[in-house]
Amino acid sequence: MLVSINWLKEYVDIEGIPTGELAEAITKTGVEVDGIHGPILNDDKIVVGYVEACEQHPNADKLNLCQVNVGEEELAQIVCGAPNVAQGQYVVVARPGARLPGGLKIKKAKLRGEASEGMICSLQELGVDEKFVPDHQKDGIFVFDEEVQIGEPACPLLNLNDQVLELDLTPNRADCLNMVGMAYEVAAIYNKELQLPSPAVTKADESSKDYIAVRIENKEMNPYYGAWIIKDLEVKSSPLWLRNRLISAGIRPINNLVDITNYVLLEYGQPLHAFDYDRFGSKEVVTRPAHEGETMTTLDGKERTLQPEHLLITNGEKPHALAGVMGGQDSEVQDDTTTILLEAAYFDPRTVRKASSQHNLRSEASARFEKGVDLARVKEAAMRAAELYEELAGGTILGEMVEEGSTDREPVQITFERHEINERIGTELSIDQMNDILERLRLPYEQQGEQYTVTPPSRRNDLRILEDMVEEFARLYGYDHIPYTLPTGQSNKGGLTKRQRLTREVHAYLQKTGLNEALTYSLTTEEKSKHFVSPEIQTDQEAVKLMMPMTDLHSHLRLSAIPELLSSLQYNVARNQYNLGFYELGSVYLPNAGEDVLPKEELRVAAAITGIWENHPWQGEKKPVDFFVLKGILEGLFEHFLKSPVDFEKASLAGLHPGRTALLKIDGETIGYIGQLHPTVQKDHDLDETYVFDVNLKKVFDYVDKTPDYEAITKYPAVSQDLAFVVNAEIAAKEIEATIYEQGQPYLKDIRIFDVYQGEHMEEGKKSIAFNLTFQNNERTLKDEEVDEARERIIEKVKEAFSAEFRG
Amino acid sequence: MKERLQSIKQEAITEIEAADTQKSLQDVRVQFLGKKGKITEVLKGMGKLSKEERPVIGQLANEVRDQITESIEEKAALLEKQAIEEQLKAETIDVTLPGRPTHTGGPHILMKTIRDIEDLFIGMGYEVAEGPEVETDYYNFEALNLPKGHPARDMQDSLYITEELLMRTHTSPVQARTLNAHEGRGPVKIICPGKVYRRDTDDATHSHQFTQIEGLYVDEHITMSDLKGTLNVLAKHLFGEDREIRLRPSFFPFTEPSVEMDISCKVCNGDGCSVCKHTGWIEILGAGLVHPNVLEMAGFDSKKYTGFAFGMGPERIAMLKYGIEDIRHFYTNDVRFLKQFHQV
Ligand SMILES: [Zn+2]
Repeated sequence: MLVSINWLKEYVDIEGIPTGELAEAITKTGVEVDGIHGPILNDDKIVVGYVEACEQHPNADKLNLCQVNVGEEELAQIVCGAPNVAQGQYVVVARPGARLPGGLKIKKAKLRGEASEGMICSLQELGVDEKFVPDHQKDGIFVFDEEVQIGEPACPLLNLNDQVLELDLTPNRADCLNMVGMAYEVAAIYNKELQLPSPAVTKADESSKDYIAVRIENKEMNPYYGAWIIKDLEVKSSPLWLRNRLISAGIRPINNLVDITNYVLLEYGQPLHAFDYDRFGSKEVVTRPAHEGETMTTLDGKERTLQPEHLLITNGEKPHALAGVMGGQDSEVQDDTTTILLEAAYFDPRTVRKASSQHNLRSEASARFEKGVDLARVKEAAMRAAELYEELAGGTILGEMVEEGSTDREPVQITFERHEINERIGTELSIDQMNDILERLRLPYEQQGEQYTVTPPSRRNDLRILEDMVEEFARLYGYDHIPYTLPTGQSNKGGLTKRQRLTREVHAYLQKTGLNEALTYSLTTEEKSKHFVSPEIQTDQEAVKLMMPMTDLHSHLRLSAIPELLSSLQYNVARNQYNLGFYELGSVYLPNAGEDVLPKEELRVAAAITGIWENHPWQGEKKPVDFFVLKGILEGLFEHFLKSPVDFEKASLAGLHPGRTALLKIDGETIGYIGQLHPTVQKDHDLDETYVFDVNLKKVFDYVDKTPDYEAITKYPAVSQDLAFVVNAEIAAKEIEATIYEQGQPYLKDIRIFDVYQGEHMEEGKKSIAFNLTFQNNERTLKDEEVDEARERIIEKVKEAFSAEFRG
Repeated sequence: MKERLQSIKQEAITEIEAADTQKSLQDVRVQFLGKKGKITEVLKGMGKLSKEERPVIGQLANEVRDQITESIEEKAALLEKQAIEEQLKAETIDVTLPGRPTHTGGPHILMKTIRDIEDLFIGMGYEVAEGPEVETDYYNFEALNLPKGHPARDMQDSLYITEELLMRTHTSPVQARTLNAHEGRGPVKIICPGKVYRRDTDDATHSHQFTQIEGLYVDEHITMSDLKGTLNVLAKHLFGEDREIRLRPSFFPFTEPSVEMDISCKVCNGDGCSVCKHTGWIEILGAGLVHPNVLEMAGFDSKKYTGFAFGMGPERIAMLKYGIEDIRHFYTNDVRFLKQFHQV
């Protein structure tokens, strides 16, 4: 919404208030001013001139030599190249010393040997946006089509000195979508008088009833419809003042008949429509819901297919307007129009909203109907338009407007006590202060002692409940004046839940290991949603998908963060960043059975690492990341939270290296996976060896046990033994370890693998594994025989169980 | 014999001086003081001496032995010292060379911003509340005073999954859910962070996914001034003690009155510059008193209870604080971007 300061001044005295200050006051009190435009030009050296004579320049075919009266004793000779300049015109003259928008400074000059004292200007040269320049003046100078005072400064006449506020209106303040509403607002802020129009017309004896009847089929969609016949109209250009105002609001003037409805829309916020009566085709307006599939051609020439939720203005047979949105072509006002049917109606906001959004037809009119126009002003707006038709187009107003339905509205009363307001704001407003605010807002009220009853007028349809009044008092009193306090209620401890605390610990741990926290989108492609899904997630169902995705890139909800993390790795590698470690902690979204059942959101942590993990920059040491780097990180994580061990069980998963992948299991239950990307996947992503894991954190948290099982530190010495075996290469170390552990009881406390060897000096398909065993008895010193016995048992069992060869 | 001892002493001192390693010094020790050493030899020959001479020569021999021992020890200490000095010299490194890099992981700046705000409010007795990112139309809209067909639903075009389910457009449904769970009894003091989604095309200032963090405090006697005081604490915590705040009216369906909070522009200190669009103020967050409809729908008596709520975008806060120019940086995970904020 654009608000002209010059226009506003007509209703409320804001003379002397700097526009910047006014804008700030309006912003702080209720409506955000997004910007201040203008003034375009305010230069006293730009004046009205009268072309006394115009002849061709003696030395140039395309130039004219004009003698212009600029209100001084002598005529000014001005050379002008515009094709439309002529004797007898009132024009705009920029005198020497004037400065035009764009910086052009006017000087006395000689053009082709003739003196030129200034410049006769086009609207564009004066800084008017081309879209507001009438077509016939686009290639020439501006010519006043009414008599103006010669020598008078031209900028105010063309409203170039105006400033315009651009408002960012919130949906609740539809009352400020018009000049009168803004005048109320500004008058309340500055406690000023209001001068509002009180339109009146001379009504002809002839009655509109003889020309038109109105029938409303659906009173919910169309509570009120007024039709007024205005005859004897003459289509012409609107006067300058009206054109100026339309332009200040960003509306292009067309002709007086059209401009008047636009003007009233801006002034009162009431959209009106003028049908050409002679083209309307009947003596009856019938407003009705559209038939299913019915079509009509709107003003923009487009054929619209309609549904019963759309409201039509018809002549009883064929539609002439999509109510509140756009008129039809057939009954459009044209240059030969002499009689109009003026529509002043109230349409249901939702009905208009459906029509405008479904047909993508947002207009100044629909925007206002959608937010609800002021019922009390529908008729007054019609009167204002009629007054202007009479005054500016020579119209004859036929009797009373023909009306159907009602503009009555359920009266709203808000009753409250003074303390209820103060308790909510945190102030001590007195009765006087409250009364003052209500009077400034011009809200009818009754006050008896502490008790108030406010009856908001229909223009403030947003005021319904106590809290709405709280806002009125707070904003007029001024948010700046409200004190700073903190709540003083009962204390409570606040803080994080166990899950939240654990989540933060996971973050801290992973960051400590060297991983960067990453954030990727939850919505991914259909293709990506199928990959790297941990096997414990039921994959027979498709990922949750959007009804109407904006792009295929974000159509499905992820089941793993890995695909997007890989894209992040790829993004970095493409920018020469090769050593990368990312993790992301967040939800994945498991589909649930049933149409409107929420997906199950599961907290998972995923990581992806690639490149050099350890290096010594000037000693040439570079160690790329491997499986055990990432496994070590995971083991550290599990160790931090869990007492029960997490098993890494060799597995084969799509997208991962079949020889370097493991499922993670607690108590036999899968909680995720770890592995190297399959070489082909690595290649697809332009990645070197890359390792990933994806773990269900919720499951990990279920098993969390962090109470330490304290054991006194024993004073009896531990005995260490080393054992090495040669076994088939595919035998898992974990299995041998389990056997050793079992056989080593009761004194075997710890097993550590300290060497694994495969390759040269080793039979093909075999590997050597060396274990370091620690025996200890907490009650006494172990005897050598006890350790030796255990050692023998272990060696025998491992040889037997794994066809192992004992190496020493 | 006396002369013999004197010459042994002389000989020993010469050899000690000549010894340049611990090993050769040890040889000298053996040669003179060992069991078969020269001093021992002299002492063995003492039997031939007279009774009178014996103690004199004995004493002299002991003196010579002590002097040689002392010299050897001195020399040994000297050699030790020289050896250490040589070792130190040999071990000298260029301390200006770079160290071995350690792994430097760190948090994402958005999560860091969120945790920072969480911690501020935890300190004031708030709990952190979370909720689903896929929401029902009811909690995302209806329970927040946004019935179907409400024009304000326009303001946040949404990503729907079914007619009834959608990607939440704000974290406010967590407020509705938490209020419901409290069954009409206050106080409710929560801070709700999380991901939210809108029907926006990604560009420098829009993202279809972003984060929000909201606060809610419902109790008896909660006032607009309590909101103002709380927001003042928040603004100063985030942007510095010297920032001023201002509230101005706004509109959100779930609060009444609704306000927006601006902070004074740090760049121009309120004089007006391009950062603050020449207003001297920068918009930070939306807030208000909880709409009675929201309270009543969640089972709270709106005559007894009032509350305030506020919500902000961590992206916007981080962008303002650090001058980040493109919202997409938060989601592309360029390490050159991420690492800049690890120290924050
Ligand atoms: Zn600034």
